[in-house]
Amino acid sequence: MSLLDRRLLFVTGKGGVGKTSMAAGLALLASTQGKRTLLCEVDAKGDVAAAFESSALAFVPREIHPNLHAMAMSTEESLKEYIRLHLRLPLVTRVGPLARSLDFVASAAPGVREILVVGKLAHEVREENYDLVVVDAPATGHVLSQLGSPTAIHDLVRVGLVREQTTWMIDILSDAAVTGTVIVTVPEEMPVTETIDLSARLGSETNVDLAAVVMNRVLPELFGGSEEAVFEQLRHKPAQEALRRVAGPAVTRVFEGADLAVRLRRSRTAHISRLRSALDPKTPMYYIPELFTRAQGIRATRMLADALGDEL
Amino acid sequence: MTGQFEQLLASKEVVVVCGPGGVGKTTVAAAAGLMAARHVGGRVLVLTVDPARRLGTALGLEQLGNEAVQIDPDLLSGVQTAARGELWVAQLDTKASWDDLVTRHAPDEHTKEAILANSLYENVTGKFVQSHDYIAMERLHELHSSGEFDLIVVDTPPSRNAVDFLDAPDKMADFFSSRLLRWLTVPYRSRLFTAASRPFYNVADRVLGQKFLRDVADFFLLFQTMYPGFVERATEVQRTLADRRTSFVVVSTLETASVNECEAFIESLEQRNLSLGAVVLNRTLPPLFASKSAATAARKLARQAPEAANAAALAAPSRLVEAVLGEVSASYLDFAVVAAREKELRAGVAARAPIVHQVPLLADDLVDLAGLAGVVDFLR
Repeated sequence: MSLLDRRLLFVTGKGGVGKTSMAAGLALLASTQGKRTLLCEVDAKGDVAAAFESSALAFVPREIHPNLHAMAMSTEESLKEYIRLHLRLPLVTRVGPLARSLDFVASAAPGVREILVVGKLAHEVREENYDLVVVDAPATGHVLSQLGSPTAIHDLVRVGLVREQTTWMIDILSDAAVTGTVIVTVPEEMPVTETIDLSARLGSETNVDLAAVVMNRVLPELFGGSEEAVFEQLRHKPAQEALRRVAGPAVTRVFEGADLAVRLRRSRTAHISRLRSALDPKTPMYYIPELFTRAQGIRATRMLADALGDEL
Repeated sequence: MTGQFEQLLASKEVVVVCGPGGVGKTTVAAAAGLMAARHVGGRVLVLTVDPARRLGTALGLEQLGNEAVQIDPDLLSGVQTAARGELWVAQLDTKASWDDLVTRHAPDEHTKEAILANSLYENVTGKFVQSHDYIAMERLHELHSSGEFDLIVVDTPPSRNAVDFLDAPDKMADFFSSRLLRWLTVPYRSRLFTAASRPFYNVADRVLGQKFLRDVADFFLLFQTMYPGFVERATEVQRTLADRRTSFVVVSTLETASVNECEAFIESLEQRNLSLGAVVLNRTLPPLFASKSAATAARKLARQAPEAANAAALAAPSRLVEAVLGEVSASYLDFAVVAAREKELRAGVAARAPIVHQVPLLADDLVDLAGLAGVVDFLR
């Protein structure tokens, strides 16, 4: 099953690995394939808007690219919507202050804030408002309490509307054909170690399927076959002196740069193999090359979407 | 620039290392601690949150809790020089720190036991958004006021926003004094139910269930008994952060998102009148990629590959040598594009910070004190 055939994807990963860019790239790819897509930024820092060079996002989704709708999560707004949809309130009750007070309770009561986020997203899936919902989810640790919140609430809250709601949420989250997480990582020590931990904890603490791991910023292999031996010979003194006469004395630095690239690639390859052997062999791993580019914003997002398209 | 970072470590009692996630805060904090212990002297403590495992092992952090442990002085000394001071490390244990806090502030044994046994206690302290941030600052204050260390370098927890932990003591105090919280606990404190608040409880009951609401209220009622001590404490913690003897070191990489967050953080420090000691730009490309003459040489190597291959006079077939020259050239020019982007971002940061240090991208992972000493060299 292709990754984009699911309905709800939570994109997560350690800070600095390119989680938001990857969520933006995935959503863009899906939308260009004709899927009506919703991209939701959970920690509203504005990075999704930056990835599309659009103006700031709001809770109400807005089409920022053909077929691609984007929203910024807000627990207060989510609660208001929930109250409007599920409670028959007397007309005199204003929803605003009520939601604000409940939002306060939510920040104290474990799992409530999380379930408002997950609930809103699962609701969009259940109502079939979109073909695919891509979530720029919180970083590693926090995503577990988010994905586990329906179950946690189910256990903590014995009665009440919220509990009734958890049942269908759990159904949506635990169906691997519908929902999956995507962990974004880079081939470095800490991000790989955290990815291994997270994939294990996703299995033990939540019932959400790990759909894929995206290895971002993979350096290209510089030399194939016998080329590396030639490179080593070119670094010897006589060859270097000859090359300096042809291209100038700065040739030394060009070779130092290539040497760093080779060593980086080597240590990163080790981290990639470490991750591959620690993950379930059935979990697909996609490789996105380091993009040596000055591009940011929509151009960079498009490049990522293309790179993802090549891999999926 | 030489010596400025060392001067900072020599003149402060607390150095808070902060910045966006994934930029290497722990490494920089550990390197700063090592630098102070080796070259400045005194008893130096690195309080870390979540050390990279191998780095942790290298520092002897394998099974560390809240208690500070001293790094073996033999390991600490360099090959040629004996270390001037001592290096201690401690890891933040959120749960244990919260338990300590409750033990200290609970009015009596009964309340303490009731809080520690409350089913929500663990959930709230473990998952409440600001709880990690707050407890890290609280622990820092505790260690600082113990007077056991000359310098404490603290590595801040990964927050959603780098600035979150600055507000954590205030938010904690606000939270416990909140009108809303009192409102929430009213029906369980007294029978005085006002008509105005009834709709709120009706809805809250329908959404969350009365039992759950009561659990929450019980918990906060218990917690409120600690309120006076708690708020006083939060004020003290805030004072430590604002003290002249405290300085902030902001770590960032030269990527757009990190730099944006780093600059926003510098602004927050200014707004709060907190002292920015230095900015450390981590994992930057080495200067060799910013050389114009090298870029020219790289282009020539590609353009004049046959001539260059010929001049190199290797035994290998010239087609192969030309291919390698082309790849060497292309690789250099790829990295040069990134170096140019970094240069511009660096200029933006440099305009805002008194001291900027760079630690270049290293090909190998840090696995021991020798590797960490390599980072120290870039900070000196």
